Amino acid sequence: MVTLIDGSEVSLRKYLGALSGVDKVGADQRAAMLGTRSIKTKSKSWAIDMAIRMVDLTSLEGADTAGKVRAICAKAVHPDPTDFSVPSVGAVCVYNDLVKIARESLNLNGGSHIPVAAVTTAFPSGRASLKVKIQDTQDALNDGATEIDMVIDRGAFLAGKLGLVFDEITAIKAVCGNRAQLKVILETGELTTYDNVRKASFIAMLAGADFIKTSTGKVSPAATPPVVLVMLEAVRDYYLQTGMRIGVKAAGGIRTTKDAIKQLVLVNEVAGPEWLNPHLFRIGASALLNDLLMQRMKAASGFYSGSNYVTLD
Amino acid sequence: MDKNLFEYAPAPESRALVSIKAQYGLFINGAWVEPKTKDKFATINPANEEVLSKISQASDSDVDRAVKAARAAYLKTWSKMPAKERGKYLFRIARIMQERAREFAVLETLDNGKPIRESRDVDVPLAAAHFFYHAGWADKLDYAGLGINPKPHGVVGQIIPWNFPLLMLAWKIAPALATGNTVVLKPAETTPLTALLFAEICQQAELPAGVVNIITGDGATGAALVNHPGIDKIAFTGSTEVGKLIARSIAISGKSVTLELGGKAANIVFEDAPIDEAVEGIVNGIFFNQGHVCCAGSRLIVQENIYDELLAKLKRRMSLIRVGDPLDKNTDLGAINSAAQLAKIKELSASGDTEGAFRWNPDCQLPSKGFWFAPTIFTGVTQSHRIAREEIFGPVLSVLTFRTPQEAIEKANNTPYGLSAGIWSEKGSRILWASKALKAGVIWANTFNKFDPASPFGGYKESGWGREGGRHGLAPYLKGTK
Repeated sequence: MVTLIDGSEVSLRKYLGALSGVDKVGADQRAAMLGTRSIKTKSKSWAIDMAIRMVDLTSLEGADTAGKVRAICAKAVHPDPTDFSVPSVGAVCVYNDLVKIARESLNLNGGSHIPVAAVTTAFPSGRASLKVKIQDTQDALNDGATEIDMVIDRGAFLAGKLGLVFDEITAIKAVCGNRAQLKVILETGELTTYDNVRKASFIAMLAGADFIKTSTGKVSPAATPPVVLVMLEAVRDYYLQTGMRIGVKAAGGIRTTKDAIKQLVLVNEVAGPEWLNPHLFRIGASALLNDLLMQRMKAASGFYSGSNYVTLD
Repeated sequence: MDKNLFEYAPAPESRALVSIKAQYGLFINGAWVEPKTKDKFATINPANEEVLSKISQASDSDVDRAVKAARAAYLKTWSKMPAKERGKYLFRIARIMQERAREFAVLETLDNGKPIRESRDVDVPLAAAHFFYHAGWADKLDYAGLGINPKPHGVVGQIIPWNFPLLMLAWKIAPALATGNTVVLKPAETTPLTALLFAEICQQAELPAGVVNIITGDGATGAALVNHPGIDKIAFTGSTEVGKLIARSIAISGKSVTLELGGKAANIVFEDAPIDEAVEGIVNGIFFNQGHVCCAGSRLIVQENIYDELLAKLKRRMSLIRVGDPLDKNTDLGAINSAAQLAKIKELSASGDTEGAFRWNPDCQLPSKGFWFAPTIFTGVTQSHRIAREEIFGPVLSVLTFRTPQEAIEKANNTPYGLSAGIWSEKGSRILWASKALKAGVIWANTFNKFDPASPFGGYKESGWGREGGRHGLAPYLKGTK
């Protein structure tokens, strides 16, 4: 493994300072151009199934209950109860107090292969002490989470305390060890500039993230195509420097099959086709899954059956 | 399934949108007429060499008919019409062009070979925008800062190239009509179809007969138009070679002229550039429209200390360029417009090989029929190589390096051309300094090949005379202004 920094704030700042900037106009233009790709017939069918496998089926409401979590877990295993050729989703994503129920429920439904992801570190704001954040993560792991979606301290980032952001991620990474993979949420809607997104992406990767994730889903804008483009460029550049492939999770605002396919085009043409699998790209979503299912039915039958033919959970 | 790459299935735009006639006459005095000699030549689809239609070769006497029709229209209707009425016709043309945008885009792609994505997203919307923009000027010329009640020349002869057939037509016809001139326009020999469809739009818009006349033919027709005594002003876009001929032939005639000619633009990438966007800008600068762009960024001048990183990223990006069927919505690079142009690109590229530059192009399957050239870069290019000096007008990029900002500017300016240039840097002061020092008519900073009807366009030195677009572009169409 190539070591890019020695862990000190000086070396971190030196490394980040050498990163090239992102021109907003150019990045927006590139993302818009890739948005014009026309994905038809066989490629569309392939993309729909791949997108389903990449979905982190998510419920992150204050009103979440055991019943709600059981419902999404059943759906995660067999998204379409009438068609078992539909693949299972990538993971189920819940708050940490519901991890145990999610794990049990998935196992009961024949979904023991599906990981449970927990949002931790005082999600979504991240405004708590490191001690609390570590305990939050520990609880999730103890209950069987194998993926941890942590948030970075955006306040610290914006105040220029980059070392603090870095240290928190390494601390949570240490808690995860090899029990869980770590997804680091940048909350790009609060970082606001693409330069910040690029910088935060590198901080997370240098600190040991397995995935970098756009958003909590609680802040808008979230996973816009240019933001995902900038993050995909970051993982590609990191790979070119280290030989390590870090994943990207786009979360928030991806509701339609068209949105999802645009994301896959970005992955294909920015990071490269090596990233086109659920180990390296995920889409955090809830409503998206039903649209993917409706489009899949349409591709198979030639007509739209409508929303009464997909399950509401 | 993971092994399966995300191949994009064919997504062709429908050809059924356009109806191409088996043959076309000349559009003179608001009607279709046959050329006096009855001579016709074929226009083909450069992507597969299919003959699309037979086009009329206008002779000297046809040119004479067209110029007389334009003169009569100028004297009888167009110069007498209130300016705001002229504006209404331009608005009407612009709206019809938008309504028939898909038709224009498909036809342009068929006749020219450019990708449908570009004709649909760039050529046609920009052409319509030029008419909208100039429609607004028609009744406001008093306020353009070009004198009180400025007067048109009268009859304008316009000759346009094959790289942006409809867009160049719009650049020419829209300001000419807005300022009160009437027009005889000759589209390029290999790409006349969208101009002929535009003639139909003039009929649909009920533009008075003779205000716009469209005559087709080769260089001989163009020469007849330039030399016709009834022409008051010439506007030409094309090669520097032909531009010089025109300048010579009108030197003693008293005709006013604007020339928009060749270029060999420098795209300068400084060490502090936003690298990924610079790579996009380089690709867009040279591979947009197969490099058939007079302002193409055909010389990449990159700072030596970022050369390796930039070149690796550029090559990686170039291998994603999708070359093939221009009607496919996912195609990025279409066909070379003609066999003659392909031969010229091949000849100049071969000179790069023999003079010691290194050729590289990504693996790409080129169709067996039609005219094709892979996106290509030459590294190790020096100022003394032909590929660093001559306009290739194809998808071929020459890569040079520099050590200091001064050296970059010297290299960039060391050319007989001066149409455009690009600067890539995140440092504002450097951008301002470089753009002052560069001798080029259009300078883009952290972008490339951006066009807008409100922005004047034109060159220094052998890249041309005069400006097109914006307030500056009105002046050449008005008497006593420049």
